[in-house]
Amino acid sequence: MLEKSVEITVDELRHLVSDRALEGETMLLNMGPQHPSTHGVLRLLLELDDERVVTCVPDIGFLHTGIEKSMETKAYEKALVMTDRMDYLNNLGNNLCYCLAVEKLVDLDVPERAMAIRVLLVELQRIASHLVFLATHGLDTGAMSIFLYCFREREVILDIFEMCSGARMMTSFFRPGGLWRDVPDGFEETVRSFIESFPKRIKMYEDLLTKNPIYTHRTKGIGAISSEEALKWGLTGPPLRATGLAWDLRKSNPYSGYDRYDFDIPVGVNGDTYDRYTVRIGEMRQSLRIVEQVLDTLPGGPVRSNNRKFVPPPRSELGHSMEAVIHHFKLWTEGFSAPKGSVFVAVESPRGELGCYLEGDGGPKPYRVHFRTPSFATLQTLPMLCKDHLVADIVAIISSLDPVLGDSDR
Amino acid sequence: MTIVENAVAKLQRELGESVLSVEEFRGQTSVTLDREAIVTACQLLRDDPELDFNFLAALTAVDYWPSEPRFKIVYELYSLANKEFIGLRAQLSNESPEISTIESIYPNANWHEREVFDMFGVTFKDHSDQRRIIMPYDWEGHPLRKDYPLGYEEVQFTFNFDEIDKRKPYAKK
Amino acid sequence: MGIETKLGNLGFVTTTLEKVVNWSRVRAMWPVLFGLACCAIEMMVAQSSDYDMSRFGMELMRASPRQSDLMIVAGRLTRKMAPVLRRIYDQMPEPKYVIALGDCSSCGGIFNNYAVVPGVDEIVPVDVYIAGCPPRPEALIHGILTLYDKVEKQKVKDWV
Repeated sequence: MLEKSVEITVDELRHLVSDRALEGETMLLNMGPQHPSTHGVLRLLLELDDERVVTCVPDIGFLHTGIEKSMETKAYEKALVMTDRMDYLNNLGNNLCYCLAVEKLVDLDVPERAMAIRVLLVELQRIASHLVFLATHGLDTGAMSIFLYCFREREVILDIFEMCSGARMMTSFFRPGGLWRDVPDGFEETVRSFIESFPKRIKMYEDLLTKNPIYTHRTKGIGAISSEEALKWGLTGPPLRATGLAWDLRKSNPYSGYDRYDFDIPVGVNGDTYDRYTVRIGEMRQSLRIVEQVLDTLPGGPVRSNNRKFVPPPRSELGHSMEAVIHHFKLWTEGFSAPKGSVFVAVESPRGELGCYLEGDGGPKPYRVHFRTPSFATLQTLPMLCKDHLVADIVAIISSLDPVLGDSDR
Repeated sequence: MTIVENAVAKLQRELGESVLSVEEFRGQTSVTLDREAIVTACQLLRDDPELDFNFLAALTAVDYWPSEPRFKIVYELYSLANKEFIGLRAQLSNESPEISTIESIYPNANWHEREVFDMFGVTFKDHSDQRRIIMPYDWEGHPLRKDYPLGYEEVQFTFNFDEIDKRKPYAKK
Repeated sequence: MGIETKLGNLGFVTTTLEKVVNWSRVRAMWPVLFGLACCAIEMMVAQSSDYDMSRFGMELMRASPRQSDLMIVAGRLTRKMAPVLRRIYDQMPEPKYVIALGDCSSCGGIFNNYAVVPGVDEIVPVDVYIAGCPPRPEALIHGILTLYDKVEKQKVKDWV
């Protein structure tokens, strides 16, 4: 079925663009969904006065996959697979948010070892996501070699994920109740060698960009926002920390054992593009600190809860226990049931605050799942940040906000 | 008393009958209000210097078709100074699914309310820019309602490969 | 390429011409950037240092469809994006080829609902399908080499 294109007239957008556009004094330009620098399928309608931007109207929804409606038709554990694909640079973080919401809804316990390994893997995922940010941000501002360096480091992290779960990106490693299985042998050596080699690399990236006059001219003073404006407009994560407000959900509302580890929150000063970059470089260093602390204090024990009403038994038990067979059958055909009620859980993803609103109705399928995604809220501030800047600055601003369109459109 | 209990007490004092119920589930409090009172409640919670709920964390809706009241709008507010979440709920019926916008208090509600309009068909009074945000402009229907079909397509296995192959609209150059 | 297709088979002249033209089409095929979702990240990984695609001729990705001859549709295609895809495909000059990267563009993947087009071949004709969610970069390179084999075997009468 070939969809026909839809034309939208200027009348419907009259309230969004300034009056000068309708007289032809300023130019309306479409920065379309297929564009090398828009980080995915984001469409911007720009109103330009020479080369300065007067307003910019973002148009999202080109990657809407109906994940929330699809999850309503699957059991709780099977719906977990779809959360990987929402923010596809932060797969384990999305898994964690959904698992925490399910565990809160059904009141399921998580063993200590599982919580520690969850923290370790989520911090490694944060480093991987910031590496992609650095690669694409460098590419957008003109530094092409940093793209190759960052993806090379990311390969090491993806090898670690593949060792644990079998897949590089869409791991679905966290399950309600803990992890899918324990980490294999050789995990600790690999992570330790990564911890040793990575600080030199961060120094290499900083040498490339931080004091580079080309980079600083392109990013200092561009797209600045104050803390009050940022809070009013729902900006969270590194862009908010770049304005000077030291707010991190891992410190203020700790989850999954984050209060046991010691780390700082890097903040910026002006809230412009340069500060967003320095905050993320600082976050990579802090994440490495957390990974080292987790590895030094990793407890032993089981990695998944023993509550057989929610967690399937291991296959070795099925041979000699009738209850195990019954639990296995019920959990894999119908799934566990959640009580009536709703929870809201928020975690800190590399892009900001990721929240999950989960409502159960007594059945095996979630009645309503909603994800409050950080990219959706961040893209809303784009018109404010882009005012009176050049078109080339828009590219730098979008890449510094680090939106992922799968996250924004779900 | 904790901040959340203070907030609930203040709402009950100021709004009186508009507070329909207060639930607590798994340590999270949610206050169900009459839909006319939402704007006042948000204003009270934000402007009070001790409570200081200055961040709108989430705004979404749930559809309970076919039972009434059909829609429940969910607001989650967060206070940075006190590090607490509080939930507000408003219930709407099928005949008049509309509610006032809280854009004047929390500007970031703009896009969240557009998404609720797009997915559920709930209109927001005095909203500055009510149009579809995620679905195409000319889409009919509101996808996340319970009476909207999933749009499921029959899976093409080996036994029905050929008959589906004939119906599938392959593209030409 | 008009006259050769009409003249028919001229013996060894035709086969040498086929070889030369197919060789030149294969050796420097430039894709147009059409990364939509997660598979686009694996496409970017395949372009970068560990799995280098430049050794197969794809030195860079062209942003403009007028300057490219391959479209790699990487990621899930939604109904809102489908007209855009067809438009970009129509703007590419002949000869053009399409690779559907990943499960979502081949068949809809794990999504079976109102928003995702079940298979890019409903919008554009596809030459090579690559399975995986997301496919490994080695799988993408294998798919590209399969496409090269297909192009090298094209006969004079199939050219446009």
